[in-house]
Amino acid sequence: MGNKREIKSSLKRNSVEEETYVNNEVESDEDDELLNVINGEDEDSSDDEANDGSENELSSEEDAGGETDEDSDENDADSEENDQESEDDDEENDSDEENESGEDDEENKNSEDDEENKSSEDDEEASKFSECSIKKTESYNGVKKLKNKNKLVPSKKLPAVTKSDEYEEFDSSDEEDIRNTVGNIPMNWYDEYKHLGYDWDGNKIIRPETGDQLDAFLKRMEDPDFWRTVKDPQTGQNVVLSEEDINLIKRIKAQKIPDETFDEYAPWIEWFTSEVEQMPLRKFPEHKRSFLPSKHEARKVSKLVHALKMGWIKTMAEAEKLRAKKEPQFYMLWQTDDKAEEMRRIYNHISAPKRLLPGHAESYNPPPEYLFDEKELKQWNKLKNAPWKRKLHFIPEKYDSLRKVPAYPRFIKERFLRCLDLYLCPRAIKMKLNIEPESLVPKLPSPKDLQPFPTVLAIEYKGHTDMVRSISTDKTGQYLLSGSDDCTIKIWEVNTGRCLKTIKTDSVVRSVEWCPNAALSLVLVASGQEVMLINPNVGDFLVNSKTDAVLQEVPKSDVVVPDRVRTTIQWSEPDSEQHQRGVRLILKHFKDVSQVTWHGKGDYFATVMPDGQNRSVLISQISRRRSQLPFTKSKGLVQYVLFHPTKPFLFVATQRHVRIYDLVKQTLLKKLLTNSKWISCMAIHPLGDNLLVGTYDRKMLWFDLDLSTKPYQTLRLHGTAVRGVAFHKHYPLFASGSDDRSLIVSHGMVYNDLLQNPLIVPLKRLQDHEAFNDFGIFGVVFHPLQPWVFSSGADGTIKLYNN
Amino acid sequence: MVSKRKKKYTSGEGAQYMTRKAALKKLQLSLNDFRKLCILKGIYPREPRNRKRAQKGKAGIRTMYQVKDIQFLLHEPIIWRLRDYKIFNKKVGRARAVKDFEKLNKYLNSHPTLKLDHIVKERYPTFIDALKDLDDCLTLCFLFSTFPSLAHVPRDQSALCRRLTLEFLHAVIEGGCLRKVFISIKGFYFQAEIKGQTVTWITPHHFSFTPHSKAEVDFKVMSTFVEFYTVMLGFVNFRLYHSLNLYYPPKFTALQQSGDEKSLVDEDIFVAERVAALNLPLSKTSNELVEEDFELDKFNADGSEANEERQEEIRKEMEKIKTLKNLFKGFKFYLNREVPREPLVFVIRCFGGEVSWDKTLFVGSTFDEDDESITHQIVDRPSMDKQFISRFYIQPQWVFDSVNARDLLPVQKYFMGEVLPPHLSPFIDEEKDQQYIPPEARALYNENELEEQHKNDENQDEEKDEESAEGAEDDDDEEDVEEKEDDEATASKKPKLSVSTGEVFKEVPWEKDRQERQEFRLREKMVKKKHRNLYKSMMDGKQKRAKEIWLLRKKRRLHDEKEKGDKKTIKKDKGKEGSKKKVKN
Repeated sequence: MGNKREIKSSLKRNSVEEETYVNNEVESDEDDELLNVINGEDEDSSDDEANDGSENELSSEEDAGGETDEDSDENDADSEENDQESEDDDEENDSDEENESGEDDEENKNSEDDEENKSSEDDEEASKFSECSIKKTESYNGVKKLKNKNKLVPSKKLPAVTKSDEYEEFDSSDEEDIRNTVGNIPMNWYDEYKHLGYDWDGNKIIRPETGDQLDAFLKRMEDPDFWRTVKDPQTGQNVVLSEEDINLIKRIKAQKIPDETFDEYAPWIEWFTSEVEQMPLRKFPEHKRSFLPSKHEARKVSKLVHALKMGWIKTMAEAEKLRAKKEPQFYMLWQTDDKAEEMRRIYNHISAPKRLLPGHAESYNPPPEYLFDEKELKQWNKLKNAPWKRKLHFIPEKYDSLRKVPAYPRFIKERFLRCLDLYLCPRAIKMKLNIEPESLVPKLPSPKDLQPFPTVLAIEYKGHTDMVRSISTDKTGQYLLSGSDDCTIKIWEVNTGRCLKTIKTDSVVRSVEWCPNAALSLVLVASGQEVMLINPNVGDFLVNSKTDAVLQEVPKSDVVVPDRVRTTIQWSEPDSEQHQRGVRLILKHFKDVSQVTWHGKGDYFATVMPDGQNRSVLISQISRRRSQLPFTKSKGLVQYVLFHPTKPFLFVATQRHVRIYDLVKQTLLKKLLTNSKWISCMAIHPLGDNLLVGTYDRKMLWFDLDLSTKPYQTLRLHGTAVRGVAFHKHYPLFASGSDDRSLIVSHGMVYNDLLQNPLIVPLKRLQDHEAFNDFGIFGVVFHPLQPWVFSSGADGTIKLYNN
Repeated sequence: MVSKRKKKYTSGEGAQYMTRKAALKKLQLSLNDFRKLCILKGIYPREPRNRKRAQKGKAGIRTMYQVKDIQFLLHEPIIWRLRDYKIFNKKVGRARAVKDFEKLNKYLNSHPTLKLDHIVKERYPTFIDALKDLDDCLTLCFLFSTFPSLAHVPRDQSALCRRLTLEFLHAVIEGGCLRKVFISIKGFYFQAEIKGQTVTWITPHHFSFTPHSKAEVDFKVMSTFVEFYTVMLGFVNFRLYHSLNLYYPPKFTALQQSGDEKSLVDEDIFVAERVAALNLPLSKTSNELVEEDFELDKFNADGSEANEERQEEIRKEMEKIKTLKNLFKGFKFYLNREVPREPLVFVIRCFGGEVSWDKTLFVGSTFDEDDESITHQIVDRPSMDKQFISRFYIQPQWVFDSVNARDLLPVQKYFMGEVLPPHLSPFIDEEKDQQYIPPEARALYNENELEEQHKNDENQDEEKDEESAEGAEDDDDEEDVEEKEDDEATASKKPKLSVSTGEVFKEVPWEKDRQERQEFRLREKMVKKKHRNLYKSMMDGKQKRAKEIWLLRKKRRLHDEKEKGDKKTIKKDKGKEGSKKKVKN
């Protein structure tokens, strides 16, 4: 389309040129008749316009003509006739031109001479042409060849004045319209007027009358030249294009050189040849200085030579060589594959580790499970600021074909980071453990070889309505004593699980313990601020009665009780109602008692009042009904006290340490460092050399008293605070209960050989208690004879496990 | 006289390390020059055993270099070259400032150059050492070969990278030492085994270059690396070519004959183009065959069985590799134009296949598409108008999967327009335990299972997965519940006083297992304090991996179920449509 348009515009320009020429002709002739004829003819042409609107544009007309020809046969026939007629016209034109040609030739020559050499003009010629005539010819030149190409309809009859050849040499596009003097203005300004402009003499050029549509139609039907008739906008007259014009237009349209005579393939004339001519082109000889060597050049050459000599500039060959040298030259650097040459090298080189090789997830077409789901994608995006925490450093993607895989946008960045790692990352050789984690677990004898130990829940003792804080068995293992938060103590038959007795107390029972002396049927009960000695009245009748008898008589002593003791504790007899219940003695303390413990012989017992400060530990003797305060200074919050099974030693556990006192010598023997925050309970091995300490910070500490003051082993068997620990009297067993509801039975073998360390093997985890207010197990006690273990829990039950 | 008191940090770790600042002061270099020197010489900071002592008691974390390394740098002749550069820059700057273009040109033409040959030899005492460190070098060079000319990456550097990498590819083709290939989203991974060393490199996908800001990527640093790597790769190439009896730089016998007929405008470019085509065998210096696959001698010094087994294994591996080298022998491949040409030509040629492509695509094609003897045409489009019956139209993944499987895989799954099976990584260590193996990979390793998979639907797999998942979950609670149940059962049976027929005691199969596990759990609490954290972290890792595996299994199962459901619905729909049609009929 674009092309076509261009062509159209060029055609327009052409047609304008032609028309202007025609104007010129008319002017030169200055023939009134002609004007009349023109006007007469114009009527027809205006009809044409009315018919076709834009038909004065040749190209469109032609196109339309071509198409319309095919449309109707009648038209075809008409157009053929038209063609014939037009050919006739052309012939006439040609003959006219021939006639004119003689004159034209002369003029042509003149004009050429004018241009080339005005000075060498012939006198005759000069006289012939006045200046104005020259002007005229020039103006003709400007208008040029158009002459032949188009004609005004009236100009057919006129003799042509000029020839096309004359103007072929040059052609300027800035020709002026000469007939109409209005200049280069839009002609529609004259639309309102009857005239189109003014001629040279200042007369109005009257707009030719336009016929109506009927005229136009008739003309179209009748005039054979209609298709080649164009309207001149300057004069408003119709112009019929000659055959030549049409050819010219056709050639332009075909993008050929408009001039038919121009030979595109003319033989090449070599104006400037490489051959040396025999004769010089210039007529004067060479100057003398051209034969003398130039000093200036010599200076320049010497400079260059110097520069060459100094190596400042290089010859081509040298430069080439240098360039080749600058390119890396490769040769056999290593003569063998694996023999190193001696040279100074980096000391103790650590080569960089290779990058990890990609897994399935990095594939362009991974198995579907590797693609992120929404959750994983969210997680991945969330870790934008901490990319090292991501599971993968890229998002796996699946492409169904290779051509769809784009370039990886982070590729360059990753390579750059690797480069940074290579030269910035500190290197060190790290030993990598290539072991199975199982190999770190110590090899211990199998629990099967360490039987018997309690494994199965045998009996449950139910009856308490609140937490059972403390339990104890009698020496024979027939009866079980329990003290609970529901302000009762109960005595159970071990083998049947029957509750034999329930004794009410005044307040919460913190601690109970059965007297280790088989001759006495006594239990110690700590309840609130009171410690009671109760005769449970179970078992052997003789023993019971004897116990009562022993306790009835009050030993007389002259010893004055010191004030300090008197303010701490008061011994009193129970009233009858209490006596009925079995209470035989009451010791009223000045603070709450948290724990009671018997000495091995059953005469002494110790009580603990954590709030008592320097009076928190109290040792009492039943036979003399006397109490002592062994310590004058408080060493901290006392948690637990314990008698040594054989020696007169007292173990006092404060919050962090365990102190061992010799009661006879009244000295501090040892201070055990537990390295824990808060001790909860203690138990001593029946041989007296090993101490087990349970702490609220989940640990159990096994102290070998002969070995050191630091724990021999720290056991972290429990998940929460340990609240009860116990050793078995005969079997190498110990047990621990904790808030995580589990009772763990372990093997703790102590050898007589001092060189052999105790063997500790956790055996069984028993977890049957229910949690109550985050508490699990409180009291743990072994059966004195059998490998059975009792545990009391916060759920108000006591459980017996046997093997 | 009292002997002088020893000053702190004059011996031991304090004297062995120095900070970067101290190193700069000692070497009298700017930080930029020091960086360049470190990169070229391969000097890196070291992690001291005791940082506080190494830092002479100073707090914080500093970059510590070994004093010996810095002393080593002190003797490096290229330090002087770096100083020359400084002078050169000053001169050029001045000439430019005073607009003395003559001088400026003179200076620019004779700029100092770094000679790195001796550093290559120093950093890599043996050829094997160089091969060991070739991974980063190759990957970076392959990346740089795609770069346009940038501010700090001169055009000839990327051109050199391109040349050297192509030469390396030729060496791999001639040596037949490619082992594994992998198409990842990052690029093509290739793994070759050269002289017993595995060399892995990545070639990026097309259009890998994207401009980066300086804060993000410093091309100057990378360019310095490449400066060294190109020299190193050149020497490696030279030695490789030499050991393969090839000319270096590469030559073509076939081309020289044709070259005689027409005088070439630029022979260098002509040869470079053929080199880039990767399709012509290089001319050899001698016709001696470099026989690498020699027979392994039977020597049995120990006479132990383990040794024998090992030998047997090695022999088997060698045979496998021998077959792998001729995997595509006798096949003719034709590449369609949408297929990435270079990696595929490289792979096919490495394993003995013949390959060609459209003439207009790239120079060096050897036969046309309508050659009847083509066996495989590699296509990456859904359909084609004109197809030959005599050849398979397969997708490029077939080539890669076949190489990784070390066998020609059946082509049915890879036909044009087919939905491809997943492409699996060949770099997974099969012997490592606790890793997820996708069902496709399992089928590949185990031929029996392959058949099974063909026979049965994926039902079985799912069941297996479920079982194993259950096995993996071992929670305390479950066991406790079981225990309790047992106890309750015994308790409830007791009160009955009637006599009933006894039941045969059956051992619960998992009871023993459970007990053992419980015992172990108690025992693991006895791990020494010293090892506790280590043990914990190891167990945590184990658990994490187990979880990962479980997650992947679950995802797979859900995916399979979904797919199955989809299939069923499609079938149903089809069935419905069919029935409707019948009704209509």
